[in-house]
Amino acid sequence: MKPAVKRLLFFTGLIVFWGLGSQFELWHETILPSPFSVWDALVAGFADMTLVYDLVASFRRLLIGLAVSLLIGTALGILLARSKTADDTIGSMVLALQSVPSIIWLPLAMMWFGLGEGAIIFVVILGGTFVMTLNVRTGIKNVNPLYIKAARTMGSGGIDLFWKVIIPASVPYLVTGARLAWAFAWRALMAGELLSAGPGLGYTLRYASDFGNMALVIGVMIIIGVVGAVVDQLIFQRIEKNVLKRWGLES
Amino acid sequence: MFIEIQHINKIYTDKDNNANTVLKDINLEIPKGQFVSILGPSGCGKSTLLSMIAGLTSASSGGIVVDGKNVQKPGKDRGMVFQEAALFPWMSVTENVVFPLRKDMNNKQAAERARHFLQMVQLSNYAGHYPHELSGGMQQRVSIARTLAMDPAVLLMDEPFGALDEQTRSRLHGQLEKIWIDTQKTIVFVTHSISESIKLSDRIVVMGTRPGTVIADIEVDIPRPRDEHKQQVAALEERIMGLLKGEIDKVINEELAYEARS
Ligand SMILES: Nc1ncnc2c1ncn2[C@@H]1O[C@H](COP(=O)(O)OP(=O)(O)OP(=O)(O)O)[C@@H](O)[C@H]1O
Ligand SMILES: [Mg+2]
Repeated sequence: MKPAVKRLLFFTGLIVFWGLGSQFELWHETILPSPFSVWDALVAGFADMTLVYDLVASFRRLLIGLAVSLLIGTALGILLARSKTADDTIGSMVLALQSVPSIIWLPLAMMWFGLGEGAIIFVVILGGTFVMTLNVRTGIKNVNPLYIKAARTMGSGGIDLFWKVIIPASVPYLVTGARLAWAFAWRALMAGELLSAGPGLGYTLRYASDFGNMALVIGVMIIIGVVGAVVDQLIFQRIEKNVLKRWGLES
Repeated sequence: MFIEIQHINKIYTDKDNNANTVLKDINLEIPKGQFVSILGPSGCGKSTLLSMIAGLTSASSGGIVVDGKNVQKPGKDRGMVFQEAALFPWMSVTENVVFPLRKDMNNKQAAERARHFLQMVQLSNYAGHYPHELSGGMQQRVSIARTLAMDPAVLLMDEPFGALDEQTRSRLHGQLEKIWIDTQKTIVFVTHSISESIKLSDRIVVMGTRPGTVIADIEVDIPRPRDEHKQQVAALEERIMGLLKGEIDKVINEELAYEARS
């Protein structure tokens, strides 16, 4: 059986179980609403456009934050890989920063940027930057020395060697870095939105919960999960696979 | 002389500050156009010596002169073919061959030149392919084409066929011999295969190990193609085998002594 078929059967089974459980009142509707109520909530949300606005607002923050974090992460990663002093000092700070969830910066960010967009985007940027930094650094440091030797015997050196050989050779790490940065940024975004003003998926999730609309809560959770999985599997894993193949790192 | 290797010493110090003399007082003179093999047991410093000629490794003392210039750093006058093909996986075959040319000529000329040298190694059909789509032997041929395309005065080859199967290797021997006859390049060819060195070269420099020194310098005056002179080849093989026997015993005895101590 193909993995896709297995997956389809699994999720169908899960929803059927959920539906039957609700039908026979194994659990109460207020604790876990039935799939039908969740579906109705989602349809209503999309019909009156609130969920559409939420998606647009969330993606806008995500794209800005992710783009900035990839830029800073790449620049910082190059710096750490090239300068021993920077690696010994800034590098250890990056490692420390990477080990904490970026949402803990939110209170501070709200002081600096107010309650609006700025604070959330700041948290998203912090979420993505450090994984990217560490991957870029590792990628550059792990370039096969044979490529560098070969390039040097072919008259390449300095900046030419860096941009034409070292950076392309570390592309597999850059792609992995970008994928992880997206994952961290997405989590940071949701956490940030839960704690701030709307619109946004996270904000609607909290709003629905405050008003006891459990069907919408679950509906939004499903959207968040689906977006995460789709972007990861359809975009990033696909690029990563192609790159690994081309770079000869996978048979 | 075209290549002059003068009093080369190379000493590596390990982390406990023990000095390890890898090459000791190597002196060689190689005339233009000669095909010379450097033959020796594993670890005798063949690769080290070759990468010194390439300018990738510096000597502890002594100097190397190629075509009247002191070797300080790598340069396009000395092309190197490594044991692994060292092609850039993100570039197509043509782009790989163009890599050393791109600064010296326009794109069209470079592409034309790449095509010519890919033809020489019989890979014109694979110009648009990527390295991972090629077999090991094909990759090594691209790497030879890439090196030849930049028209170096010296071709340095470090066990270029070591990782290939017997048939492919033998075919590439034929191609290399032909390329050498056509282009009249000076070739320094590192190998640990006695038969490979006899088949290809004008001259065989036999190295001993610990420390690496030249123990014999043999002119090979067997007419080409050498496959047709099996007796002379066998006699020379015997002679070199005798020279190396002592060296290999030396390595084994050292290993045994080391094991006995630890
Ligand atoms: N960067 C290095 N640091 C320390 N020792 C080294 C280094 N490179 C080589 N050596 C030592 O120098 C010696 C010679 O190495 P080299 O690679 O030149 O041998 P070789 O003759 O090419 O052997 P092989 O046939 O196995 O390729 C070895 O004993 C090796 O341990
Ligand atoms: Mg070697």
